Amino acid sequence: MPNHTNPKIILKNLRKAFGNKPVLNGVDLSIEPGESLVVIGGSGSGKSVMLKCILGIVEADKGSVRIDGVETLHITGKKREAMLDRFGMLFQGSALFDSIPVWRNVAFKLMQARGVKGDEAKAIAIKKLAQVGLGKEVADLFPAELSGGMQKRVSLARAIAADPQIIFFDEPTTGLDPIMADVINDLILQCVHDLGATAISITHDMASAHKIADRVAMLYQGQIIWHGSKAELDHSGNAYVDQFIHGRAEGPIKMQVLKG
Amino acid sequence: MPASSSFVANPLLQPFLRLCQQVGRALLGFLQGLGQFSFFVLRAFSHCLRPPFYFGQWLRQFWDIGYYCLPVVGLTALFSGMVLALQSYSGFSRFSAESVIATVVALSITRELGPVMAGLMVAGRIGASIAAELGTMRVTEQIDALTTLSTNPYKYLVAPRVVAGVLLLPVLVFIADIIGIFGGFVVSVYKLNFNAATYIDQTWYYLEVMDVVSGLVKASVFGFIVTLMGCYFGFHSKGGAQGVGAATTHAVVASSILILISNYFLTGLFFSK
Repeated sequence: MPNHTNPKIILKNLRKAFGNKPVLNGVDLSIEPGESLVVIGGSGSGKSVMLKCILGIVEADKGSVRIDGVETLHITGKKREAMLDRFGMLFQGSALFDSIPVWRNVAFKLMQARGVKGDEAKAIAIKKLAQVGLGKEVADLFPAELSGGMQKRVSLARAIAADPQIIFFDEPTTGLDPIMADVINDLILQCVHDLGATAISITHDMASAHKIADRVAMLYQGQIIWHGSKAELDHSGNAYVDQFIHGRAEGPIKMQVLKG
Repeated sequence: MPASSSFVANPLLQPFLRLCQQVGRALLGFLQGLGQFSFFVLRAFSHCLRPPFYFGQWLRQFWDIGYYCLPVVGLTALFSGMVLALQSYSGFSRFSAESVIATVVALSITRELGPVMAGLMVAGRIGASIAAELGTMRVTEQIDALTTLSTNPYKYLVAPRVVAGVLLLPVLVFIADIIGIFGGFVVSVYKLNFNAATYIDQTWYYLEVMDVVSGLVKASVFGFIVTLMGCYFGFHSKGGAQGVGAATTHAVVASSILILISNYFLTGLFFSK
């Protein structure tokens, strides 16, 4: 477990609504440097929106997002670019750019934002691909030529390519078979450990949550209704958490049929 | 009960109030869309002028618009010029004015048909392609990924396309003008038995620089419209395949309508006395 110092990320009363439907309803959360937090919650509970609000991809309506003690909710221009430079993100569907080869995907930030030249960028990309268990023969392929698991690995390599301080993982194991999911979990653990990065992962996959989390938080109806250490998860004493982690249809959580 | 509550609760007024609600909602939706579009145009425009410039992306868009549209625009211009010569001959021969065919072809092509036909063809070829590409990038979170990779999507995706459209459509139209006039020449000389030298003389004699320049300025405006509409609808597409399809359709329809409307006002600006 990391030592508790100044939190790396602090969310206070974070609110976001789409039309008249509230998605985030006052999220309060803090993440310590080097900590791996897993946020669990049902589909449509606002997990992805929370990550996107932290990154500024979705503009929050109210509240506060502090990164390293600096308020980032309304910063723009160069300050936002500098803030984003510290982040890496693995998207649910990998979100690889299909018009460029794998190595250019991995080295994208290095080349476009940091001005690293082609040969050097390719060498770094191949090194990062090796870190996620992919050989250099993959570097010149296009994303469409890869399997889902390989695309996730490439996406992970892209997320860590610029050595970020903070990494977000948006449902990293969704759509993968259990073995590949475990491989991805191992890679996430290893990459986060090697970089000493702070990580927030959102997932439905409890095996994944158990493996990669230091701490777990549950988001329900736009609020953090429980958080605690990984060890506390299985006996949280919270009926919502119990229902979710055991995947029971019966319980206080009623399935939301319509997507908001 | 307060007077206002009893007024709202009056059952006779319910259909009227529902109608007001629907009109109000539609009006608010329209104003919101207009605001979103205006904001998009301003951001796109500002990012075209401010560094960093992604020249690799600019070159790719120059290639896509210039190279891939040339055959379509060229063929359209060629057959437009040929049909124009045939139709003009058929019409003007009724009052023995066949000698003006060369002038009619040249003026029609350079002032109107060249830019408008090229604009519409590019809207179908490139506007649709931009909307589909950006729409797919939006629904697969590739545009969000760009942001997390410290790359501004307006600079990387929108600015190169808009700049390429504004700069390259005039080039395409200039080539289309030459091909269209050549089409009229071929039909007039080889089918209608005009004298080649006289036809060329007639074309040069009445054609003014302003005729060509006005067409090129129109082309630049149309290039802006086509690429901007493609980017706007692609950028704001939602859902999955259906959303991308809808974005593509909206981009082509909106571009085509705006080309025809703006053509009227530009013609008025250049040629009304």
